[in-house]
Amino acid sequence: MIRTEGLAKTFTLHLRGGMQLPVFSGIDLTVHSGECVVLSGPSGAGKSTLMRSLYGNYRAGAGHIWIRHHGGMVDIAASEPRIVLAVRRETLVYVSQFLRVVPRVSTLDIVADEPITRGIAPDEARDMAGSLLLRLNIPRRMHGIPPATFSGGEQQRVNVARGFIAAHPILLLDEPTASLDAENRSVVVGMIQEAKARGTAVVAICHDADVRAAIADRLYPLSPAREAA
Amino acid sequence: MTAVPNGHDGLITARGLYLSFGAIPALVDVDIDLWPGEVLAVVGESGSGKTTLLNVLSGRVAPDAGAVLYTDPEGEQHDVHTMPAPALRTLHRSDWGFVHQDPKQNLRMNVSAGGNVGERLMARGARHYGTIRAEAIDWLTQVEIDADRVDDLPRTFSGGMLQRLQIARTLVTHPRLVFMDEPTGGLDVSVQARLLDLIRTLVARLGIAAVLVTHDIAVARLLAHRIAVMQRGRVVETGLTDQVLDDPQHAYTQLLVSSVLQV
Amino acid sequence: MTEGYNFAYLDEQTKRMIRRALLKAVAIPGHQVPFGSREMPLPYGWGTGGIQVTASILGTNDVLKVIDQGADDTTNAVSIRRFFARTADVATTTHTADATVIQTRHRIPEKTLRDNQIIVYQVPQPEPLYRLESSRVETRRMHGLADYGLMHVKLYEDVARFGQISISYDYPVLVNQRYLMSPSPIPAFDNPKMDRMPALQLFGAGREKRIYAIPPWTAVRSLDFDDHPFRAINASEPCGLCGATDSYLDEVVIDDRGGRLFVCSDTDHCAERRAAGHIGKDGFAEAAE
Repeated sequence: MIRTEGLAKTFTLHLRGGMQLPVFSGIDLTVHSGECVVLSGPSGAGKSTLMRSLYGNYRAGAGHIWIRHHGGMVDIAASEPRIVLAVRRETLVYVSQFLRVVPRVSTLDIVADEPITRGIAPDEARDMAGSLLLRLNIPRRMHGIPPATFSGGEQQRVNVARGFIAAHPILLLDEPTASLDAENRSVVVGMIQEAKARGTAVVAICHDADVRAAIADRLYPLSPAREAA
Repeated sequence: MTAVPNGHDGLITARGLYLSFGAIPALVDVDIDLWPGEVLAVVGESGSGKTTLLNVLSGRVAPDAGAVLYTDPEGEQHDVHTMPAPALRTLHRSDWGFVHQDPKQNLRMNVSAGGNVGERLMARGARHYGTIRAEAIDWLTQVEIDADRVDDLPRTFSGGMLQRLQIARTLVTHPRLVFMDEPTGGLDVSVQARLLDLIRTLVARLGIAAVLVTHDIAVARLLAHRIAVMQRGRVVETGLTDQVLDDPQHAYTQLLVSSVLQV
Repeated sequence: MTEGYNFAYLDEQTKRMIRRALLKAVAIPGHQVPFGSREMPLPYGWGTGGIQVTASILGTNDVLKVIDQGADDTTNAVSIRRFFARTADVATTTHTADATVIQTRHRIPEKTLRDNQIIVYQVPQPEPLYRLESSRVETRRMHGLADYGLMHVKLYEDVARFGQISISYDYPVLVNQRYLMSPSPIPAFDNPKMDRMPALQLFGAGREKRIYAIPPWTAVRSLDFDDHPFRAINASEPCGLCGATDSYLDEVVIDDRGGRLFVCSDTDHCAERRAAGHIGKDGFAEAAE
């Protein structure tokens, strides 16, 4: 589902006099359908950066990111923005650590937005969103409120709901359980396992050893790049 | 591999735009592509040329060099700056729309809300009062203005309502392309959020393409698929909105992004 | 004829200039043609435009009729009629049927005009979009592109506010399916008479320096909505003097107790009917006079 070839990323900080900040290089990562690969390595090893590159959020410095999209392979690293958008709309989901949404939109509508744009009837989409939120222990009375005032854990669960409602074939998860309690952690783990069983390819970052053990099929180790000479 | 588009079926294709006001370059070698249903944000500080770009793309100001091509629903391409004035005007009142920062520039302040919304329909030849009025009321509701305000003069409306009325007036003919110049500028933050959500929803539902000029990066992030960053008349960086904002490549974009206050 | 003046007051060069404007106006029905309006021996608003048009088309054999609000005997009508009697020595008449040129302010005679007659309208404001769009550059552009949505906005506002189109005079028309035109401040009642009129219709606006025209047999349509069609409104009573039910009526207050009388605005029409023996409820037999 995902295959990177010689993927590299270096940040250039123009505001620091053009300082070069190499993050990783030579990444060859392959993820198959129904498989969960957890990116491992110490802080600063570039796990989030790699994940964001896979999503097309960060621009690849070199190499290719092949994503299976509609039966063909698309190189996210070399595609036009609208191709990347189409891949995200139908194939690729990214659950980040932070919830970023339009102010004043209700939690329910935020989660229901994806199926509605996919063409599902708004009422049906809201039903789907509602039951997903309930499963993640977001009580119904909170569904009508914008999530801006929610706690960190609640916002993260809203974010997870938003990612999982799409049921896209590829799921990128950046610390999906970081600020969750044990009960909610196990709900999310269950959802990830169900997704894998459906054949979803999962790439995750997670520091929690229990969660990692529960979801990972294998680890992909990353080590901090040396400063460029 | 999926087919890579050949670059000729875009809604707007602008190539090599130059324009200077005296010694001041307003546009320098600007290329712009806009696809159907795509929202492109043009960001940059005051004087970077973004409003000039909007005026050139919409045919209101002619460039010194370069061309702006528009592809109509029949797939035929028109050079916006050489097409006859009546054709351009017809375009502006049917296929295209323009949303100004100051709604008073676009609205008729001594004409009722319903008349303001109905004007484009009547200009296009609608001659049934009942239908025009029903459509006006429908659009007022869509922009969250009470139907019973249909006969009120815009004078009695708040700034946010005026902006929503302008949007209803613009979208009533279902344009394929809307030019927006700082649509949320000059509004209270709370009113801005509501308007942003409204624009986002309508644009997505109607599949409207838009060129959005804003100095507010947060607005660009919420509304736009793609961003073009302008500095001193040049497009210095362009790409996916989140890519440009989260991983800016050009020095100026990095400065721009790092200057935004985090809330 | 008064000594010291050219025939019909204006010099021949000026008349030629105005005739050229008239020809252009006839060629583009409803289109406003600029002309070099001259100072006339009467104030703006008294018909300086109409009088210049009349002066330019008058020949020695013409018979002139002048009406003001339908009446031949008001100051304005009498003055202009006498003016041409003195400066052009033309025959004048009050009978619509006898006239070859009819100059009018605010009315069209009731009697159907013929193809050998010309009617000249005095126009205070030739621009029908004048109250809606203050920029002349913009209104010219609207005319150029036949972009008349704004005029319909005005009609829309009327229906929204009053339940009907409330324009009772100077009701905008579309000439020959192309140009939006002010018919001058005639009552909307007269609008249908303009449509496919056998006579040539000329319009002169002196202060605004514009001439426009409707050639004979040209389609003139009053703007309206499909579901609020144009209607010619009139008083609901017959003429008190001649009993006419199909003519435009003026309301006249006849005493201090609020007594009112509706009479034909077209004095010639009323007199002719009474001479033919028609008597209204407030009228009296012509013979008894």
